[in-house]
Amino acid sequence: MSPQPRLVEVRQNILKQNDIVARELRQRFHRAGVYVVSLVSSPGSGKTAFLERTLTLMQPNYRVAALVGDLATDNDAARLARSQAPVRQITTGTLCHLEAAMVRTALEGWELETLDFLFIENVGNLVCPSSYDVGEDLRVVLLSVTEGEDKPLKYPTIFNTADLAVLTKMDLADAVEFDMVAADCNIERVRPGMPVLKVSTKNGAGISEWLHFLDSARNRQLVSAV
Amino acid sequence: MAEEEAARRGGAQISAVHLRLGALAGVVKDALLSSYELACEGTELQGSRLVVEEIPIEVYCPKCLAPRTLESVQWFVCPECQSPVSEVIRGRELQVFALELQQ
Repeated sequence: MSPQPRLVEVRQNILKQNDIVARELRQRFHRAGVYVVSLVSSPGSGKTAFLERTLTLMQPNYRVAALVGDLATDNDAARLARSQAPVRQITTGTLCHLEAAMVRTALEGWELETLDFLFIENVGNLVCPSSYDVGEDLRVVLLSVTEGEDKPLKYPTIFNTADLAVLTKMDLADAVEFDMVAADCNIERVRPGMPVLKVSTKNGAGISEWLHFLDSARNRQLVSAV
Repeated sequence: MAEEEAARRGGAQISAVHLRLGALAGVVKDALLSSYELACEGTELQGSRLVVEEIPIEVYCPKCLAPRTLESVQWFVCPECQSPVSEVIRGRELQVFALELQQ
């Protein structure tokens, strides 16, 4: 008869390594005074167009830069670079999300002190990015009206880990009969109290509210850091 | 990680890995179980079992002033008083909790 197995407690978090790197990054960002915003969403929600417009509009008043994650192409980086802001690409290969260490590597040689805002566009995916902290101050989840109002219920984890929801492509809301009340209600169900902004990158609706939100969020951060 | 722990404990043979998996961890139990065997192949863990303990979402209800367990990951309201709840106490775990070592 084999002896009884011995049970030993180890209590090791599997993503501990990522969490450690993310914490280091966050401290580094705070020391440098740069406010870091990550964008997560499904593919095709309009992240890149939204970010390109954001970078372009912020350029005159703030020092902005972006990191963009993509599986295989540098198309998004090329689009973002049209804003004239510094942009770096992280090609993830077959990996469906960004990890803190990838962000750290991509930042090598960058003077973070010269930036006010750094945007990190995650790989289009509503599942895996939710488990990986990349050191951001603000996690924004984007949901386009063409995806349907029930996305928050289908992917509650990513919505629950976000700080702000942005509904995109609002210019198409009527055409696709988007149920705004249901969308607000579903977001509230999975993440009570999360602010929701409604924007159209195409016609500019809601963009000034978004820029105002970013400015206030950064100011609050700077005040609390003092 | 499990191999390192086993080595630290005198190279004992690991017969099972006990994992705590929160409902908000973003990982599916079935996917873990099916990939575990594959991941262990050719390692010291080959032949070991993965025991997954699922952790429900526990929140702090600001109205009841008490911890409450959510019934659904899709509805962050207190099951007692129906207030919206946002403070998650448990449910994000993705943790190797314990190892079973052969003596």
